[in-house]
Amino acid sequence: MSILVNKKTKVVVQGITGSEGTFHATQMIEYGTNVVAGVTPGKGGTKFQDKIPVYNTVSSAVKETGADASAIFVPAAFAADAIMEAADAGIKVIVCITEGIPTKDMITAYEYVKNKNTTSHEVRFIGPNCPGIITPGECKIGIMPGFIHKKGRVGVISRSGTLTYEAVWQLSNLGIGQSTCLGIGGDPVIGTRFIDAVKLFNEDKDTDAIVMIGEIGGSAEEEAAYFIKSNVKKPVVGFIAGRTAPPGRRMGHAGAIISGGKGTADEKISVMKNCGIIIADSPADIGISVQKALLKTIAKKIKSGTGKNGSQKSKSALKKKSK
Amino acid sequence: MKIHEYQAKSLLKKYSVPVQDGVAINDMKYFNEAIDYLKSRGFENFVVKSQIHAGGRGKGKVYKKGGHHELVVEGGVKYMGANTEKARDYAEKLLGNILVTHQTGSQGKEVKTLFIAEGLDYSKEFYIGILLDRTVSKNVIMASVEGGMEIEKVAEESPEKIIKIWIDPATGLQSYQIRELAFGLGLEGKVYKNFITFMTNLYRAYEDMDATLLEINPLIVTDDERVIALDAKVTLDDNAMFRHKDYAELRDENEEDPLELEASKFNLNYIKLDGNVGCMVNGAGLAMGTMDLIKLAGGSPANFLDVGGTATPETVENGFRIILSDKHVKAILINIFGGIVRCDRVANGVIQAARNINVNVPIVVRLQGTNAEEAKKILDESGLNLISATTLEEVAAKVTEALTK
Repeated sequence: MSILVNKKTKVVVQGITGSEGTFHATQMIEYGTNVVAGVTPGKGGTKFQDKIPVYNTVSSAVKETGADASAIFVPAAFAADAIMEAADAGIKVIVCITEGIPTKDMITAYEYVKNKNTTSHEVRFIGPNCPGIITPGECKIGIMPGFIHKKGRVGVISRSGTLTYEAVWQLSNLGIGQSTCLGIGGDPVIGTRFIDAVKLFNEDKDTDAIVMIGEIGGSAEEEAAYFIKSNVKKPVVGFIAGRTAPPGRRMGHAGAIISGGKGTADEKISVMKNCGIIIADSPADIGISVQKALLKTIAKKIKSGTGKNGSQKSKSALKKKSK
Repeated sequence: MKIHEYQAKSLLKKYSVPVQDGVAINDMKYFNEAIDYLKSRGFENFVVKSQIHAGGRGKGKVYKKGGHHELVVEGGVKYMGANTEKARDYAEKLLGNILVTHQTGSQGKEVKTLFIAEGLDYSKEFYIGILLDRTVSKNVIMASVEGGMEIEKVAEESPEKIIKIWIDPATGLQSYQIRELAFGLGLEGKVYKNFITFMTNLYRAYEDMDATLLEINPLIVTDDERVIALDAKVTLDDNAMFRHKDYAELRDENEEDPLELEASKFNLNYIKLDGNVGCMVNGAGLAMGTMDLIKLAGGSPANFLDVGGTATPETVENGFRIILSDKHVKAILINIFGGIVRCDRVANGVIQAARNINVNVPIVVRLQGTNAEEAKKILDESGLNLISATTLEEVAAKVTEALTK
């Protein structure tokens, strides 16, 4: 009913004794995430909140607790090292929340994690500078407010934090739940790109539609759009922030910059539209655009008589809540 | 962080990258000294170069400061030969005046520093650029025989003229890759050898400085077969400043918008735009989305402002102060998605800030998320001129309304 994380996911929090780590680990546990260990070098042998064991290294945490996912809250100067440590310890889903990691460090860490991938061992690295990943009702790895989410069948991928919360909140208020919501981060070098997340949602039989929230800078949205055009049958709704952003200026996120005339919102929107993605023109219309797209797909399926159990379920969910 | 040509060159020198030599001055009283120094180094010809954070200086136009588009001289960079008197005259016309190039916008930039440099005779010019290729998350070196031209233009008109090599982060730049560039540019003999050394050192500099962009345009081959960076453009990674404490002094606050500079002192991420609706938002993506929403509502965003995750009364107050310093602002929109931070707390902060500062334009406040209803009530009962809204749709309508009143 999700991608990458679920109720079975065992999470280790790297940097659990720092202020950010402590605060968000507590929130994650409250949400019901199965946090099995923490890592802070030098604090091994202690307990977090009197119950969660803290280790000196990720590899010992993995060995002792079987952790398979990691949340990284360590300061920017040490974050790339923490990412590589997690990958080396055999962690399968590495989520780095830390903001402000030097690009040079990220290039190295990205390559390192990529090379840890083999046919028998898949490593997924998410972030950095992202809100994290959540499968509503099951597992929250990150800093997003848990209560805005609702269990359901729409996959959300976004480069932003609060704009994602906005979109998710719109969906939840329309009665449209989410299978998994994934913040991929606003940096120029990120572990999981739109295209990777789209592929996962496309293969997930419990995801009926995909929401892509992009922004100016780079060409990751276009890359995903071309993939969608030839491979994805599920409806995809997109929004691109920064239509009014001036060229040459970094809009908060390190990766949100129009440079050399490339990476504009209009360019992205036009490619996405040409690839069959439904574009919400206003950030206020993301939820409603998803609702329309879902209803349209259901209508089509009923007409052609191909409605399957999954879609019927979401149809009834929609009917109830969307009035 | 962008730095000036003269600063970039002095950094590159530390990595033994041959650069056009020169002296930076910020006052004409140092002009003779600079010339004397260059002469003592054996240079006979001189170039005067304006130092601003924008490209296209050579083809730019210099206008008198405060003198309503009164053209002083054409070109912000000039070769003067051996005529130091002519060089002095030209330098006087540049310093303290406004240089307008295709990258500065019509308001231009004040020339506060000049780089007085050696004049070089050269036979060939090339383009070299090093930057991150976001599509593969690797650094790429681009080289082209079209030196002196903007690389974007070359990429558009004759992409086959650009040679690209990608660097494996695990192994670094390899000799065969530099050879590929050298042969690709048609170099041979002594020039070829000099280029290999040049590139080796240049890439080392890029990595070591934590640069995110290093552009040598043009790279020249002098008549005596030396390979030299005639110009240098460097952007340093802001995120890596913690390991380059000495780079802090390279920041030129004159190049920044005064309001943006002020905002940065309060740790506010503010970018000035030329619209009429000021906005204050938590999170960069939502801030951009809010700017777009203002446009759709018939207004035009006056700024980008991300107050960060917590939106405390202090940050909101500072935000108000910065936004209101811009006299074009006719309305303010506050858009906060309260996730972990509760909306009622933000509402109290907004009220406190609005009371402390005399805000004389309508303020539309939209707080959504945890305790949004309580927050709306607090705002509505504040007795202040606050227009509350809950959905983004409503926000757009209220902004339109506030502007047309």
